[in-house]
Amino acid sequence: MSPEPTRPAGPVHVLAEVLAGKRIGAFSHLTLAAPGVGERHRPGSFVAVSVGAPGERTRLARRAFWIHQVRALGGHAATVSLVVDPVGPGSRWLAGLSRGDRVEVTGPLGGRAFALPKEPVPVVLVGEGAHSAPLFALAERLRERDCPVHLLLGAADEAHLLSALEARRIARTVTVATLDGSVGVKGPTAALLPDVLRRSGAAVVYAAGPVPLLHAVARAAEDHGAWSQVALGVPTPCATGLCHGCPVPVVGEDGVGRTVRACAEGPVLRGDRVRWDDLSVPGDAS
Amino acid sequence: MTGPVRLAGLTLASPVLVASGCGGTGRELAGYAPLSTYGAFVTRTITLTARPGGPAPRVLESPAGLLHATGLPNPGLTAFCATELPALVQAGARVVVSVAGESVAEVAEVVSGLARTSGVSAVELALSLPDAEVAGVRTPREPFATTRLVEAAVAQLPPGVPLLAKIWPDPVRAPEHARAAVEGGAAAVVVGGAQPAAFPDGRHAGLSGPAVAPLALRAVAEVVKSLDLAGLRADVVGCGGIATVADARAHLDAGAVAVAVGSALLTDPTAAARIAEGLAVPERPAPEKPAPEHAAPEHVAPEQAEHPAPEHRTQEDPA
Ligand SMILES: Cc1cc2nc3c(=O)[nH]c(=O)nc-3n(C[C@H](O)[C@H](O)[C@H](O)COP(=O)(O)OP(=O)(O)OC[C@H]3O[C@@H](n4cnc5c(N)ncnc54)[C@H](O)[C@@H]3O)c2cc1C
Ligand SMILES: Cc1cc2nc3c(=O)[nH]c(=O)nc-3n(C[C@H](O)[C@H](O)[C@H](O)COP(=O)(O)O)c2cc1C
Ligand code: FES
Repeated sequence: MSPEPTRPAGPVHVLAEVLAGKRIGAFSHLTLAAPGVGERHRPGSFVAVSVGAPGERTRLARRAFWIHQVRALGGHAATVSLVVDPVGPGSRWLAGLSRGDRVEVTGPLGGRAFALPKEPVPVVLVGEGAHSAPLFALAERLRERDCPVHLLLGAADEAHLLSALEARRIARTVTVATLDGSVGVKGPTAALLPDVLRRSGAAVVYAAGPVPLLHAVARAAEDHGAWSQVALGVPTPCATGLCHGCPVPVVGEDGVGRTVRACAEGPVLRGDRVRWDDLSVPGDAS
Repeated sequence: MTGPVRLAGLTLASPVLVASGCGGTGRELAGYAPLSTYGAFVTRTITLTARPGGPAPRVLESPAGLLHATGLPNPGLTAFCATELPALVQAGARVVVSVAGESVAEVAEVVSGLARTSGVSAVELALSLPDAEVAGVRTPREPFATTRLVEAAVAQLPPGVPLLAKIWPDPVRAPEHARAAVEGGAAAVVVGGAQPAAFPDGRHAGLSGPAVAPLALRAVAEVVKSLDLAGLRADVVGCGGIATVADARAHLDAGAVAVAVGSALLTDPTAAARIAEGLAVPERPAPEKPAPEHAAPEHVAPEQAEHPAPEHRTQEDPA
């Protein structure tokens, strides 16, 4: 009827079909046919998943998941893959889906994705667990801009470490930390930050992970004289900017403190803008 | 079949309203369907001065419900009128501004500010905020206090800008508050907002979603009956747990002229547009199986994903 519309900017709400579900280590990697979502994706944008089937749904808050990869597959122009760490009822339900299952998905979401540097400066990308998911597409983009990419990946153990092999393909250096020492350096990810920043001479640090890691990244970047861009994984009850349920205390450009919505004004924020001490962390965040 | 409806003297394109606090600033919702799809967009509650909102967590799940205590984050009357309101009007929304205040005088001041601003179709007085104490605004427990607040607000409004009173959803006490509001000059009552509840840590919160739907339906029926018996003329807007076309129809059948869809939007941002679309289609005889919208993935089917605009929908509708 009408010609192919120019790529609309906004997110869409679709009933996605699971094309593949694969268990890798502790995570479930889901590939979804979600028309309109992948086409609009930028590194750092995410999708919101509704838990359960419509009409039988009793869990109403939405669960956010980073868009890990977007690629053409079968007849689908832009499938979307997610990395799901099954830690609670919502993520376990999602991780349990298999080929042919349907799931309501909204995306791509987020008012601010990762901003890319104009110059080909060295960059460090820091991720922990499944939250490392958005960093791989980001690394590709940065490499296209001739930025030397250094990856720092952390996890509780090897099973919770995301694609270290793939990481070696796209990054100049890869540093790995696990809490139990099953792979890489034994200890918390944050402990390796100063060293990685110094060795790489990074001008920008990108990070995705739990709040304490992001706080450490913001601090280390500041000490090192680099910019930081942190992707916040705070709870997002609606994830679409409608409920004001995801407050993040920040300092505005004007130096005045205000509260923004993580899902709508984030999820990527400048690390030096977040008032970390006022940001409440969900009880068992990790 | 439900086309345009009359509510409080206004003609609305659809009986489906976006409930207060569940449509963001409007900009976020506009990405899924034009705001002109809805009968009206009710803003989150606006206060005289800016409020940052309460501490996290602000919204938590409970079985088939959402608990919320946002602390009324809003930019304050002046900034709202300067930025968000014109944007809503420009986006095609019929705007109903929800207001609350710390005192009767403050409520009157907010309403008088809105009365001087163009683009306000109606004012909704939030008389039933379950987290009012945290937010530091007054919500009346006794009917005489409801009447006083409504009178103070109505006195500020020019003719043609009606006042909607959003009263406590308690099915037992809603009728007396509804009568009190109408006696105070409210042209409509919004029945069935969030139920007073508590977070696990005891903080005051409101409970919304399908968990409260049966309470809301009862409250609407009681209010309709009671206004009728008292010979009071006012429209009723049903609200509370409406997530499907069947839910909305149940409220209309109970005597509401319109419905407000709230937390359903937080799980599916197309919910209200989908319900508006469903209501616009002639009612078919009751199906034997569960109502189609329960099972109906076609509303969010991939093929339709690119066409959230109602023009597309109307073209696709079998007339
Ligand atoms: C922007 C963003 C991107 C994310 N990306 C991923 C991803 O790629 N892979 C992945 O496995 N997980 C990701 N998460 C976390 C995911 O959204 C869920 O919070 C997580 O899976 C837990 O949900 P649950 O129902 O299984 O567990 P529960 O602990 O039962 O969650 C119950 C409720 O609490 C909220 N909640 C509690 N703690 C947190 C927290 N620390 N962060 C966010 N919400 C919380 C949940 O949203 C939900 O409403 C992301 C979160 C955000 C905000
Ligand atoms: C996150 C959230 C924020 C809300 N904010 C307001 C508000 O600012 N003012 C108000 O009058 N009602 C507010 N409400 C109540 C809704 O407008 C609605 O009356 C209630 O949620 C019941 O309807 P529902 O079950 O469809 O959500 C809010 C509800 C939610 C879930
Ligand atoms: S999660 Fe609802 S506004 Fe961000």
